[in-house]
Amino acid sequence: MNSEPESRNNILLALREILPEKYLLTAKEDLKPYECDGMPAYQRIPIAVALPSTIEEVQKIIRACESQRIPVVARGAGTGLSGGALPHEGGIILGLSRFNTIIDIDHENMTMRVQPGVRNLAISEAAAPYGLYYAPDPSSQIACTIGGNVAENAGGVHCLKYGLTVHNILEVKIITVEGDLVTLGSMTLDTPGYDLLALMTGSEGMLGIIVEVVVKLLPRPLATNVLMASFDAVEDAANAVAIVISKGIIPAGLEMMDNLAIKAAEDFANAGYPVDAEAILLCELDGAEEHLAEQVNIVMVALGEANASNVVMANSEQEKAQLWAGRKAAFPAVGRISPDYYCMDGTIPRKRIAEVLVEIKALSEKYGLRVANVFHAGDGNLHPLILFDAGIDGELEKAEHFGGDILELCVKMGGTITGEHGVGFEKLDQMCVQFNPDELTHFHNIKHAFDPYELLNPGKVIPTLHRCAEVGAMHVHNGELPHADIPRF
Amino acid sequence: MALNITPSSIVDRDISIELQQQVQSSIDLRSPLLIRGGDSKLFYGRDPVETSNILELKNHTGIINYDPTELVVTVRAGTRLLDLELLLEKNQQILSFEPPMFNQQSTIGGVVAAGISGPRRAFSGSIRDAILGVEMINGDGKIVKFGGEVMKNVAGYDMSRLMVRSMGTLGVILNLSLRVMPKPEKEISLILDATQGEGLAYCKQWRTQHLPLSATSWYRGKLYLRLSGSDITIDAALKKLSQQMSFEFLEDDIFFWQSIRNQQHAFFNKVSKPLWRLSLPINTPVMARFEGDLLLEGGGTQRWVSNNAAEKIIRAVVGRHGGYATLFNGQKHLPGVAPFPILAPELHKLQKNLKRKLDPQNIFNPGRLYRDI
Repeated sequence: MNSEPESRNNILLALREILPEKYLLTAKEDLKPYECDGMPAYQRIPIAVALPSTIEEVQKIIRACESQRIPVVARGAGTGLSGGALPHEGGIILGLSRFNTIIDIDHENMTMRVQPGVRNLAISEAAAPYGLYYAPDPSSQIACTIGGNVAENAGGVHCLKYGLTVHNILEVKIITVEGDLVTLGSMTLDTPGYDLLALMTGSEGMLGIIVEVVVKLLPRPLATNVLMASFDAVEDAANAVAIVISKGIIPAGLEMMDNLAIKAAEDFANAGYPVDAEAILLCELDGAEEHLAEQVNIVMVALGEANASNVVMANSEQEKAQLWAGRKAAFPAVGRISPDYYCMDGTIPRKRIAEVLVEIKALSEKYGLRVANVFHAGDGNLHPLILFDAGIDGELEKAEHFGGDILELCVKMGGTITGEHGVGFEKLDQMCVQFNPDELTHFHNIKHAFDPYELLNPGKVIPTLHRCAEVGAMHVHNGELPHADIPRF
Repeated sequence: MALNITPSSIVDRDISIELQQQVQSSIDLRSPLLIRGGDSKLFYGRDPVETSNILELKNHTGIINYDPTELVVTVRAGTRLLDLELLLEKNQQILSFEPPMFNQQSTIGGVVAAGISGPRRAFSGSIRDAILGVEMINGDGKIVKFGGEVMKNVAGYDMSRLMVRSMGTLGVILNLSLRVMPKPEKEISLILDATQGEGLAYCKQWRTQHLPLSATSWYRGKLYLRLSGSDITIDAALKKLSQQMSFEFLEDDIFFWQSIRNQQHAFFNKVSKPLWRLSLPINTPVMARFEGDLLLEGGGTQRWVSNNAAEKIIRAVVGRHGGYATLFNGQKHLPGVAPFPILAPELHKLQKNLKRKLDPQNIFNPGRLYRDI
């Protein structure tokens, strides 16, 4: 690589040719807001932040960076929770926030063509006049953008029934590292060749820059209802999930909260949650009126079988909203009972939920840190919130170790280290647990097919074999990281 | 609970190591491999490579894991589709993408590699929507595993979905995990008189009516539709539909949809001309150019035409509607014509780069998808 100041000057020179001054941020105070994403534990300052607004500008920027071998980190709204948009010190941030136009609403084809910086919720709002909506609803949907959703394969509360981002998009346009504009997918169900649309979805900015997305729209459900079941034992609540599914019902959402989460949420949102229950399940059902009533009956019986101590059904729109209010406010609510929390994102087979919650409890005692569990039980996607105080020396590290243990537990149970938040920078070490060197090499081969010089979001998602060897060696020492201050790549 | 319900016809036999050895020696010798399951889709795609180096998957069989409440089955690739569906049927579950079974030897690995979905597809998703994980032999000769059995998994690139419709050109699928769905309590089918235009208009209006549709087809002035769900749901749907049109119940509906799915319907049987599969945006109108013999599926998203028109004309017309035409039985009728639509040059380049990186010795079904892929 060039000497640092020289390569910095060269790329800034090139970028100034492409972008007006106000859309090229280089002053320290302007770069500061971009030092991290929704995972503030990691921070870096990039060389510059480029804010293009046309595909041609993106192409020119990418070509300039490619020719000078300058890393490019794409960024949407910066709401990601795994450090995927963490800047590279020797690279630039490519901010796509100005790509915020809805290009076309085609209600007859039930699709919408949007730029990547359009917010998730704005899509459903624009579709509403046609009785349509966009199904994936990550909890950050007010702020997060569709480009980031595609890059992370975002999920949400309703993906048990309606699928993830990958199931709800038809086409994306990307800029390759060479600056080519390429369309992946199409408006039809059969696009020829390899399914690069699926490969691009969830690739976390490692394979190309997303500059346009076509999403599928669905007709709004005719009717919905929400049930809340209380349980005296966490195990019963966990088993209830499998029992509901075994009745042939696919709920629109099936969420679980444990006692600590219930209490925090109730304190915060006054949703009417039973603060003495060990766990609650929130079950949303939808469909045509008569079908809905039928499902409600079946689920009621199933919850009874599963030893629910009480089941409440919402009787009005207001009651539905109230039941959801506690769940939706759960993260900020937990934020009030602890100075800091660390949100995990493992997925496990449904039948292992009870077992895993018991083990998390044991780990919580071992580390002396509390955990609140609030998660997408229907698809086994856990979000343990580890409570800690970053002001106390060593607690952040303790929380990170605890989180690492939870993710490794998920892998051991036949699950995965990330269900919807992505690997980013945060879970590189856990990737070494989930995948062996042959599998990581396979991933690197995919990366190199798209990005031979590793310029797109380098150092994320797929750890080097060298790093994994070190992680493996460290595991021998009881997880006590030697020389934790030394960067490990 | 799970494994004692496996039909005895599914032999539990893991030959991964033998398969890996054959792949490794093919890599060492740079000798192309023809990967073969049940040989039921040999006609599909470009001609298989001419070689005696055949990798037989049909003896790599068995159910690795199946717990109905998890809505997932993990199966060895050589397991016959027929056996897998029987197992699911016993547990009141189905593969929601209804893949074709062109003969009884069709294997689940072949189903994934070809990526062809059936009548239910436009309503409940395709194979790529249902696949959760694969274990495969890759171009380095290694056995590697991606994805898994859980619904949500974003760790690493989505290799499982990439294997769907890759025609065996990226590696050898050993085992795979699929999401399964509850079998609908009841299914009934209706038939009504409709011109093609009327048929498409009905399909369009139904799209936003929350009907429990699971298949539609149009052929020679008749529109066929299948409803799937509980008694109550279907009764309500019938009431709604009877206000819009008059219809009759279709006798032998199971047989009818199977004949569409497996291409045994009269339309496919008498095909003596090239058979084209047109994939189109859902709102595509009647295409005047193909008024002749044709059969529609999935609300018009998939249209089959048997037509002697020149390839260039067919592809140009379909392209104008934003769709793609695939020559489905090309080797038989038009051996010189590329069965799959031509890709934009930049897209082709990306696909070729991927093939080169993942199969550096070019041994996996070379040329089955495109001349150089």
